[in-house]
Amino acid sequence: METLAAILVGTLAACGTLLVLRNGLFRILLGLALLAQAANLLVFTAAGLGRGDTAIIGPDERTLAEGHPDPLAQALVLTAIVISFGVLAFCLVLLKKTRARIGAAGVSGLANTET
Amino acid sequence: MTVPALIVLPAILPLVLALAAWLARHTPSLSRALLITGTGLLLLATIGLFLAVREPGMPLRLDFGAWEKPLGISFHVDLLSAILVVVSAIVAFAGALFAASEIGRLVWAKGYGTFYFLLLAGINGAFLTNDLFNLFVWFEVMLMASFAMLVLGRRRHVFEGATQYVVINMVSSFFFLAGLGILYGKTGHLNLDELATRLVASGNDPVILSSAALLLLAFGIKAGVFPLYFWLPPAYPNTGFATAAVFGGLLTKVGVYALFRVFGGAFGFLSGFTSDLILWVGVATMITGVLGAASQFHVRRILSFHIVSQIGYIILGLGLFTQGAIAAAIFYTVHHIFVKTNLFLAAGAIASTGRSEELGRLGGILKASPLLAFLFLIPALSLGGIPPLSGFFAKFLLLRETLRAEAWVVAAIALIVGIATLFSMVKIWGEAFWKDSPRPTGPLRHRPAQLVPVAALGLLTILIGLFPGPLFELANEAARQLLASNPAYVPASQ
Repeated sequence: METLAAILVGTLAACGTLLVLRNGLFRILLGLALLAQAANLLVFTAAGLGRGDTAIIGPDERTLAEGHPDPLAQALVLTAIVISFGVLAFCLVLLKKTRARIGAAGVSGLANTET
Repeated sequence: MTVPALIVLPAILPLVLALAAWLARHTPSLSRALLITGTGLLLLATIGLFLAVREPGMPLRLDFGAWEKPLGISFHVDLLSAILVVVSAIVAFAGALFAASEIGRLVWAKGYGTFYFLLLAGINGAFLTNDLFNLFVWFEVMLMASFAMLVLGRRRHVFEGATQYVVINMVSSFFFLAGLGILYGKTGHLNLDELATRLVASGNDPVILSSAALLLLAFGIKAGVFPLYFWLPPAYPNTGFATAAVFGGLLTKVGVYALFRVFGGAFGFLSGFTSDLILWVGVATMITGVLGAASQFHVRRILSFHIVSQIGYIILGLGLFTQGAIAAAIFYTVHHIFVKTNLFLAAGAIASTGRSEELGRLGGILKASPLLAFLFLIPALSLGGIPPLSGFFAKFLLLRETLRAEAWVVAAIALIVGIATLFSMVKIWGEAFWKDSPRPTGPLRHRPAQLVPVAALGLLTILIGLFPGPLFELANEAARQLLASNPAYVPASQ
């Protein structure tokens, strides 16, 4: 299961990197979304995957039963998803404005501001 | 005031003020007053925190929700955090004074004050927290606010620079998240103190090393080190003057702080390899930054490249990895924050006096405003390392440590870069102030309100230059506390 998730993270990150490096602004946005998912899935997987019941500690127990995945990592991912969604929404508006400004030239249209 | 309240106040107060600023956004006079009094209050609160930390000589901590020690999120204020929080409040206050005369009604109405305070909340939170994920969240608060501030002024070309800035910073956030996720999966902890003790035992586990590499990349992008700084020079020069001043002073330094905190403390056990890497990254950053500046003829672009080159000096101190070198780097950071904000504010005053930022179109400001010329000269010479200004002692301390570590080549490069920096400042001085105005303009006149924060920061530079002792002792103690959080560090016998 972890191997599968690891391959998925790698694929997402590879596709995301490829798209971010392309010329079109919309491709960059898609690439960022994929990279965000890769990072989120990585955090989710790194804490361990496992089949367990609801992650509630019983009245007589002090710790979560053995074999349970760590619920804290899932809480972290939840926060990270909210953040990346917000930033992506901002990025969408920004790229739209940039596109209106520099036309369909894509990222190569940004070059004139570098010097 | 109680100590827990003092610890959270630098992060909470700006959040409350951000809400107030949103309510006041349609009344420019109220927005101005709120920005100035709000940052003033923040300055008082941070000074209170600083005094509370300095007295006992050991870090203060606050565990939220009263969780047992390594479990919950905690704030951890050592002297380094306290110094940086005070310094950023001073810079925020100066920036607010400038913004009050610069920002127009439309930009206030879009919530400039709100984003300004949110930015400060993010910066202060990042300085205070002791939890890696919490650090990530504060980084995001800071970045979102900075994204908004960057585009608010709507100057020409701002979107082009902002796109690069936003995209690269998002990628850096993903690196950060991935790095901390791996670390959490391996150790089950995100508390920096707890990580420090656990990571020492891990040896050179490849999983931990990959996490270290991701975090190094993430913080390196935010700090603007070679070869990850290319987003910075297009973004800063096209935004508002107060915005650029606060960004130039503070944002990259939060990345530098994270490098110090994580690679000086928790990952300090890696010191052999990473510190050599960081050392040479620092050297490359110094050189490329100063060379980039040499080819520019736009005031704020020159200054932006100098942010990069000065970051190189600071990183160099971390790379040497001795208490003295880290103390010198902390001293350098404080000096650099004041001076860089001061220069950007002075650039704003130059632009509104000379009505351009291109050196070719500027000129004759010395005759029009000798006062501005003098006020620009203070931070410019300080950046170049002329005694008795703060930059001289910052460079002197760092150079002394470099020589002590017998890194001759590095020391030589640091000296040459210092001279090249001075050359850049002289270029601005000669073009904007000394030569006659190349085009017919009306009478040039400075705006007195803009010179107040410039003069105040200039005075601080001079004071640090005249009395460097107290700040150096503070920096030394801060370096000692930072290294004490790294169990692998063995103090060298002097």
